Amino acid sequence: METTAVRGRLTWQTAAVTAITRETDAVSTIELNPPDWPGHRAGQHLDVRLTADDGYAAERSYSIASAPGEPLAITVQRLENGEVSPYLTEELRVGDQLELRGPIGGYFVWEPADHSPVMLIAGGSGVVPLRSMLRHRQLVGSDVPARLLYSSRTWPDVIYRGELDHYRDGVRVIWTLTNSQPPGWTGYSGRVNAAMLTETVWPASEHPLAFICGPTTFVEVVAEHLLGLGYPPERVKTERFGGK
Amino acid sequence: MSPVSRGFRGRSQTPAGEDSRLPPGQHVTLDYPVLSAGPTPHTPLPEWTFSITRGGDTLKSWTWQEMQALPAETVTVDIHCVTRWSKLGTRWRGVSVDTLLDQVDASTPYVLAFSDGGYTTNLPTEDVAGGKAWVAFGYEGGPLAPEHGGPARLLVPHLYFWKSAKWVRGLELRDHDAPGFWETYGYHMYGDPWKQQRYAGD
Repeated sequence: METTAVRGRLTWQTAAVTAITRETDAVSTIELNPPDWPGHRAGQHLDVRLTADDGYAAERSYSIASAPGEPLAITVQRLENGEVSPYLTEELRVGDQLELRGPIGGYFVWEPADHSPVMLIAGGSGVVPLRSMLRHRQLVGSDVPARLLYSSRTWPDVIYRGELDHYRDGVRVIWTLTNSQPPGWTGYSGRVNAAMLTETVWPASEHPLAFICGPTTFVEVVAEHLLGLGYPPERVKTERFGGK
Repeated sequence: MSPVSRGFRGRSQTPAGEDSRLPPGQHVTLDYPVLSAGPTPHTPLPEWTFSITRGGDTLKSWTWQEMQALPAETVTVDIHCVTRWSKLGTRWRGVSVDTLLDQVDASTPYVLAFSDGGYTTNLPTEDVAGGKAWVAFGYEGGPLAPEHGGPARLLVPHLYFWKSAKWVRGLELRDHDAPGFWETYGYHMYGDPWKQQRYAGD
């Protein structure tokens, strides 16, 4: 596996919340203005710390949603029994302060210098770091061909819907909806499976680089199928979240 | 001093009386989340071996059957992932790393665990010896599932869980410490959860 050293101490800093965008009923994008952000690469994440007035603190990691060079943003999905995500999506307001540190991670990262076709495969809020990659590709004017296969439960659950719908020029977005489909739906229906992947992913002969992000079982199934289609394991980068 | 997050009231899910088992910055999960950088490898058991190597030489190697024939222990431990979940009271079955190291003559201050899929992680030898680490192949009474590191993973519960290398295939004895996979990407060289050694410099 290739390695890129990331060194230096990550210190906590207090950022101001500069904008909040509601993406879906349960998902918000939070734009932040940290005083000393060292920059990030597409696919990295950061740590957030909340502190109650009695000193109790809770920390979580979130994928960075914005491209390198853009104002820093995270996209957060509210988890029903969560401790931090309900606060970030329901309570937090523009002007509030939020403690964070980062960026973190260096393997699940896309660099424009890699000229391989990019295969992005997302389940639910797993689309967040992949969105950073697509925006990064757009901002640097890369002509690397990219595909995003994005699985959501329903059309209203789709995050970044308008934005993803507008990609042209070398980007193809393929949708699948697992639970229900709107009238006239022309995308895929049902969970990502071998047949869907065979029809939609770059053939292994084009030496693609794949990024898969989503719930554990989703990632396990998709990664397994990509190996079956001839993708070498070192060209399949994964990020999993949540329980089984 | 951290600023107070306006309107935040913690809803810790730590079971009553077990706060002292939770390192700082961690929260209890009842799930068993999975974190891996790539696809889950599936090495057939007849091809599986566990080796202790040094400088490119294999000092000792065990087949799956030979590993199963070694004395195994059942241990119940708390595990702590650097991504902040902890799981309390997990029950494992495996062979103590002491049992394996006892069968080679060499001893070095560091080891590098290596796995199927190219994963590596570095540890001081004293952290895998003295009853502190196992090559685990059983979990909660059954075989260890592939996505959780089966057929066998290293189990070093007193360090962050990325040190407990999934799909482990051996230990390289090393005279000098060298970063493994996540350590190269900015994670801490040692990884003590009680000192919150998550990232380089922590």
